[in-house]
Amino acid sequence: MMARVSQTLENLNWTAPIVRMARGENPREQINVIIRGLGVPILAFILFLGVWDSVASRIQTSLGAVPGPAQVWQQAESLWEEHKAGREKAEAFYERQRVRNEKKLAKNPDAKIKWRDYNGPPSFIDQIVTSLYTVFAGFALAVAIAVPVGIICGLSNTMYTAVNPLIQIFKPVSPLAWLPIVTIIVSAVYVSDDPMFEKSFVTSAITVTLCCMWPTLVNTIVGVSGIDKDLINVSQVLRLSWFTKVRKVVLPSAVPLIFTGMRLSLGVGWMVLIAAEMLAQNPGLGKFVWDEFQNGSSNSLGRIMVAVFTIGLIGFILDRLMLSIQRYVSWDKSSAVR
Amino acid sequence: MSKEHLNIDHVSIEFDTPKGKFKALDNVSLKISKGEFVSLIGHSGCGKSTVLNIIAGLLQATEGGIVLDGKEVNEPGPERAVVFQNHSLLPWLTAYENVELAVKQVFKRKKSKKEMREWIEHNLALVHMEHAMHKRPDEISGGMKQRVGIARALAMEPTVLLMDEPFGALDALTRSHLQDSLMEIQRDLKNTVVMITHDVDEAVLLSDRIVMMTNGPAASIGDILEVDLPRPRERLVLADDAHYNHLRAEVLRFLHERHSKPDVPTIGKVQEVEQVGAAEKAEKDNKLDAA
Repeated sequence: MMARVSQTLENLNWTAPIVRMARGENPREQINVIIRGLGVPILAFILFLGVWDSVASRIQTSLGAVPGPAQVWQQAESLWEEHKAGREKAEAFYERQRVRNEKKLAKNPDAKIKWRDYNGPPSFIDQIVTSLYTVFAGFALAVAIAVPVGIICGLSNTMYTAVNPLIQIFKPVSPLAWLPIVTIIVSAVYVSDDPMFEKSFVTSAITVTLCCMWPTLVNTIVGVSGIDKDLINVSQVLRLSWFTKVRKVVLPSAVPLIFTGMRLSLGVGWMVLIAAEMLAQNPGLGKFVWDEFQNGSSNSLGRIMVAVFTIGLIGFILDRLMLSIQRYVSWDKSSAVR
Repeated sequence: MSKEHLNIDHVSIEFDTPKGKFKALDNVSLKISKGEFVSLIGHSGCGKSTVLNIIAGLLQATEGGIVLDGKEVNEPGPERAVVFQNHSLLPWLTAYENVELAVKQVFKRKKSKKEMREWIEHNLALVHMEHAMHKRPDEISGGMKQRVGIARALAMEPTVLLMDEPFGALDALTRSHLQDSLMEIQRDLKNTVVMITHDVDEAVLLSDRIVMMTNGPAASIGDILEVDLPRPRERLVLADDAHYNHLRAEVLRFLHERHSKPDVPTIGKVQEVEQVGAAEKAEKDNKLDAA
């Protein structure tokens, strides 16, 4: 068990030397590895903060000086405080509502009870959650379209020749170009009295889908068409049905590349989402940035920078997450996945 | 022994190339009886694999066809299991699961779960792979992979076992181990086997007949050599056997002298061999003329 845990930790690049040192493998060498692996990035980051700080204070804007690291950190703290305060308000609101309803019920057990949602402004954390929710919805839709289409195009040369020009034309289109079209179509088609999702959410998610499905589609096609001819022969000798062939031979063989594509797709989707939310007014990080820009207080630049770091950090975490999944599903353990 | 078990009947094949039609095989005819072990030998590019792929149903003959037990075959099927040169195991499945895929497909609803498991394990034991049956292809050696490939083919209970240079990519020692295993299995199961090889010793040691093919394009059967060595055959005993060496020389002479490739220089060794079997060669030629 311990051996397995330390093996797993060793696979996570930067923990490897620490684990080896704990095992007593040549400590001096391991310290060198740690310095090179952790020390250098930390040093570079400190240098970056220094340069930022010295440059930022010299630039005067209409909103005052460009905030340095300290001011940005302050804004991050205040956003967290606002979130906590908002949470407390919401809890107090629901508590009052509960007490009132209980009183009503005590008076008259048949009384109609209404539960109202708290309608306070979304906090920064709420906006992160909305953004994540939106990007995953768009990404899931993209995968649901791209993988089946990719499999069909990868297996049939005719289909590939038919679809390839479309892929090449739509792949480079910016989300800002898609958005007006999507907005108008969604407004026209998605009409209901009690909509399950907000229109702004649907618009943003579909825009994400349109922009991020291409890497998955292209990689699925490459993965499926690159399958070893001998494996196809095996499935023919076994007389596997088309469906079994896809499930047992084609899909597993293409899985490493499909997941490479999905990882790229999620990255693109996250990048595109911010722009989509800005214009679609979906209450996520994009809208946060837009609102702060419109607000134009002396804190706005700092708050936008907090959002920039948050977006970057979440993008990084999503990428690592997909990388772990990619490593886990890849049967070809000899190939380096990075 | 019916002579009509597997009939390769006047098979020709043409491929479309940008430069026009390319005739790879011309009028190949061969009748193989049940339980017979036939080797196809010839220079690389002469169309041996094409013959095997046509029998397997992976390629369609332009003219002629394949008749197995009185029925024409023109699509692949598990009764003509193929052992591919580079094993072709699914790399994400263990040895057991690779055989299981075949067994589940062939014996769907014919065997119970328990019977299937026993059958898979039995076939892996036949090729001496019971100790590593839950390992993946990238965890076992090339020879072991090929053993699993053979087990997978045998597990389909094929009427004809087709082997495309099954031991070509292996080192000499592993190859001789696998040849011994194959002889052992063939003795017990009495499968009909069609094997492609370019190893002369392998062909003589394993086969009942050796089919020697002329060079392409438009390759056909040049000569057929009956290997009437008694079974079981022991490679060490045969090494000093005059008849074995004579048969070996026959094949070598065909390959290097009568149908040598223009770009392959004839090696001195062949001439030395030639003197040994000169008389027999004359006899054989007479026979062919008479036929």
